[in-house]
Amino acid sequence: MSSEGTFATIKRGLALSPELRPGMAGTIALAVVQMGGRVAVPIAVQQGIDHGIRAEGGPDLQFVTAVVALTFVALMISTLAGYLMTRRLFTVSETALGALRSRTFRHIHDLSMLHQQSERRGTMVSRVTSDVDQISIFLQTGGVQLLLASGQLLVSTIVMFVYSWELTIVVLLAFGPAVAVIRLFQKRLAAVYGAVRERTGVMLGAIAESVVGAMVIRAYGVAGRTEKRLDTSIDRLRVAQQHALRTSVTSFSSGELGAGLALAAVVVVGVLMGVDGGLTVGALTAFLFLVTLFIQPVQIATDMLNEAQNAVAGWRRVLDVLDLEPDVKDPDEVGVDLPEGPLSVRFQDVSFRYPGGPIVLADVDLSLAARTKVAVVGETGSGKTTFAKLLTRLMDPVEGEVLLSGTALRTVKFAALRSRVVMVPQDGFLFDATVAENIRFAEPSLTDEQLRSAFEELGLADWLATLPAGLETPVGERGEALSVGERQLVALVRAYVADPDLLVLDEATSAVDPATEVRLQRALDTVTRGRTTVAIAHRLSTAQSADEVIVVDAGRVVQRGPHAQLVTEEGSIYAKLYASWLEQTR
Amino acid sequence: MLVRGLRVLGHSIRTEPRLFTIGALGSSLFGLLVIANSYVVGAVIGHVVVPAFSSGSADTGTLALIAAVFLGLSGLRVATIFGRRLGAGYMQFRLQARYRRAVTRRYLSLPPSWHQKHATGTLLSNANSDVEAAFVPIAPLPFAVGTIVMIFAAVVALFLTDWVLALVGVVLFPALFALNTFYARRMSPRQIRAQQMRAKVSAVAHESFDGALVVKTMGREEDESRRFKVFVDELRDSLIAVGRLRGLFDPVMDSLPSLGTLAVLLLGAWRLQSGAVTVAEVVTVAFLFTVLAFPVRAIGWVLGELPRSVAGWDRVQAVLAAEGDLAYGSATARATGPATLRFDAVDFAYGEGPLVLHDVSFTVPPGKTVALVGATGSGKSTIASLAVRLVDPGAGRVTLDDTPLPALSEAALTGASALVPQLPFVFDDTVRGNITLERDGLDDDSVWTALRLAQADGFVAKLPEKIDTAVGERGTSLSGGQRQRITLARALAGHPRLLVLDDATSAVDPRVEAAILASLRSRDAGASILVVAYRRATIALADEVVYLEQGKVVATGTHTELLAAHPGYADLVTAYEKAEAERVEA
Repeated sequence: MSSEGTFATIKRGLALSPELRPGMAGTIALAVVQMGGRVAVPIAVQQGIDHGIRAEGGPDLQFVTAVVALTFVALMISTLAGYLMTRRLFTVSETALGALRSRTFRHIHDLSMLHQQSERRGTMVSRVTSDVDQISIFLQTGGVQLLLASGQLLVSTIVMFVYSWELTIVVLLAFGPAVAVIRLFQKRLAAVYGAVRERTGVMLGAIAESVVGAMVIRAYGVAGRTEKRLDTSIDRLRVAQQHALRTSVTSFSSGELGAGLALAAVVVVGVLMGVDGGLTVGALTAFLFLVTLFIQPVQIATDMLNEAQNAVAGWRRVLDVLDLEPDVKDPDEVGVDLPEGPLSVRFQDVSFRYPGGPIVLADVDLSLAARTKVAVVGETGSGKTTFAKLLTRLMDPVEGEVLLSGTALRTVKFAALRSRVVMVPQDGFLFDATVAENIRFAEPSLTDEQLRSAFEELGLADWLATLPAGLETPVGERGEALSVGERQLVALVRAYVADPDLLVLDEATSAVDPATEVRLQRALDTVTRGRTTVAIAHRLSTAQSADEVIVVDAGRVVQRGPHAQLVTEEGSIYAKLYASWLEQTR
Repeated sequence: MLVRGLRVLGHSIRTEPRLFTIGALGSSLFGLLVIANSYVVGAVIGHVVVPAFSSGSADTGTLALIAAVFLGLSGLRVATIFGRRLGAGYMQFRLQARYRRAVTRRYLSLPPSWHQKHATGTLLSNANSDVEAAFVPIAPLPFAVGTIVMIFAAVVALFLTDWVLALVGVVLFPALFALNTFYARRMSPRQIRAQQMRAKVSAVAHESFDGALVVKTMGREEDESRRFKVFVDELRDSLIAVGRLRGLFDPVMDSLPSLGTLAVLLLGAWRLQSGAVTVAEVVTVAFLFTVLAFPVRAIGWVLGELPRSVAGWDRVQAVLAAEGDLAYGSATARATGPATLRFDAVDFAYGEGPLVLHDVSFTVPPGKTVALVGATGSGKSTIASLAVRLVDPGAGRVTLDDTPLPALSEAALTGASALVPQLPFVFDDTVRGNITLERDGLDDDSVWTALRLAQADGFVAKLPEKIDTAVGERGTSLSGGQRQRITLARALAGHPRLLVLDDATSAVDPRVEAAILASLRSRDAGASILVVAYRRATIALADEVVYLEQGKVVATGTHTELLAAHPGYADLVTAYEKAEAERVEA
């Protein structure tokens, strides 16, 4: 969490939410009118009592009626202005906050995979939900109060000055220490409310894990352990909330002590002034009334300022995400398109390491011709998946360069890259929608007919026919209504309809049965002929049918060539892998 | 709505009576001190200011006393503020924490079938935003209760002063309640809608971030942002609708007490003229209304938040009242020796869907290994889930050592059986935590033994902190194969009497898989094994094979028998061989 001040956050936030600006002047004008009406009532009471009810020669009913009528009109105008003001404020602020949610959401997607993984999903969700909610809730409740209280404070100070500038200075001086304490506390409040927001994110992460892992938790009978962890995160949030509250009440009560000090000082100084003949009893009484008027908004403002810290803490967390510069960046306008036609691949002395980690891929230097089918094999953890991620620019190499048909990947526009290069990851994530909708994710314009023929072309029509509602079968949350193998089939069709020139398969059929896989493999070979395919494979059946096999071991390319040749390299890693594969399948 | 809202409040008070009492007591004392303060002001003016001004001299001691009294009252008020604020806040936070614990406990005890129907994001929203909403009115509650006490005292005082002036109060206070009731009724549907949209936004955000990799590889960031924006816009509109009504309610609510003050002024002047009251009495009553104007708003804050509270409360209650628990029985299981698993005429359907298993019967005899073989989507994983009772069959029964699974206690069931699911789920914890899951009797030695068995000791030994290395949310710092081996080690560490492997070695390279199988084979025959497999080597290990086609057991026997008798089975398990043979021919 950044430790900038409240006003810095607000300034940064306003700069990033231009939607807040239009009509602000009008809103403020209406707020001033509303405040005016609010102040009118206590002044009317004071005037009505002083000059009407306590008028010399008995109560002046006419004067009182006039004051009341006038104030009534002012009150009605103020109420109307209040209505119009809040209407405008809520419309503008909710519009701005909605835009902020959308912008943050988009920004999180634009962050690199590494950035995304460095933060828990629950925490990311909290940035577009509960953190923004705090700002919204504050604006709809405390924000208006704070605005009105500030206005009331200003108006009552002016009126006090009119009555007695000396006593006004006394009042302001009496509040001096309180103001200093409150200011001093703002920084601490920012920290404690920041902790509240942070722990909310952590709690959401813990809840998300318990929900997503519910099956494992149940299967192992370890609900007790998860409960304990959830309780800890829930309690840590509660403790942070209580700490924030204690800090906030301490800050608030300094305002209350300021009020006591002001009252005492005004009476003492007022009496001393009166003794010298500089003040009448009536004037002092009226002034005490005004001090009460002054104290009320000070208390409200202090209170709302504290609440504002919670909203500011939420705002800051959102802004902190927006400030994260995506490290795998879309070159956008300055980017180039990929050359037309099938794509060739070139890895130029590529090395990769995760931040702070050891090298996972070292000095990979190779070229893959266009239209070839390449299999990448190697033990688990050898760097195969990293190879695929670099090839599709989910990550950038630490050293070296990846080029497609001679064009450096870093310079290619994402729009061009993602439409020409598609990867099917190990875990073929599906959205909670129908099969058809999940496939249309890749290409929204496809008709049902086209979807069906895609299944047909991949030899999956029979499988599709077994689904209860065919294309319209809902796949459930994360696709869980389908089996893992079925999810992979849908993910593969999804990639196929995207019609890429370079298709990268990262163990995309690992959970599919052998017969289906072989069928699928053949179908793919036919339909992807003329394109470049890179398949990360753990089943060597894929490698056998590839034009070329690349063997990765401990982050280095140790062998490459066609299957038939590699098998004959005695004692080689591939020969061992193949022997083991034969043992498995025979 | 009002009644239901008050019921939520009543329930909250009964849950935290002590904190509520502290808050309400603090608030009531605060009210009395506010009134006392005004009496002191009056007394000071009458007994100190007037004599001093007329005599032209002031006694220093008296002035010091006055200052001390004001400061003392101020100090007392601070004490009551602490009581009121902390009482209310602690009560609110404790209630939130209590219900978050209750809701997350339900998440843990509700069965997988329930989880499949509820988006993770929605469940996050239930535990966070809905719980928060339910207890929003708690913060101002003690203040409001203190105010109600004050109002009753005020009305009594009013009647003692003058019945005409008292009528103002008699009209005003019920009017406040009437306005609130009207407001609550209009607000309720809007708040319900807003909470629904909050949950929806949370659900979409969570799902989208969960599938971030697919979004990225398909270049669908723009479309996802559009999809998200649709819900954000709806949330925005619903919050604007809430805000507009609040914008009408708040100013009217604020101006009502002011209207009362003005009425008192007018009626007071009139009653004064007719000699029914004294000047002092009118001043007192006018002052009373001025002082009450602010606290009365606290009642508005409570009542104004009731619709949101009820909306959140209902959503929370829906989770708490959700049914479908797979309650555990009380039967114990044998402590040692391999278990017998029996499926007896089992039917199963997900929800209202079609049957995915029909009349499935088979036995895993003690110490034996049974392989489940079938095409993708034939029901193998469902059988694995039934075997460890993640779900209960629709018809028929599953027994462990002749005890039906529902009769077993949680400890008996989870102690006897272990499932390694197809998709490895790794907790945001250390390697050790992921393996022990804090189950009893698992020391570091047994962790390493399990890692060795699962062939995971090699890569774990290379991790920076070995078994104390944190693996990140869902094990992001590990490769797919490594995650799978961690989950395998987790199952082996518990020395289950029945091990269910659901294609649990799919992402593991052939050589590693062979090694894992070898170590399973060489174990002291302590377990019966049900294994979902495609690989010949795995199947060859099995004593018996159960072959499934579309949810039905087609054949049971040894691998050799099935190979000879069932062409479908032969096609499936010899697919790779055939494919290679065809390739060689071509």
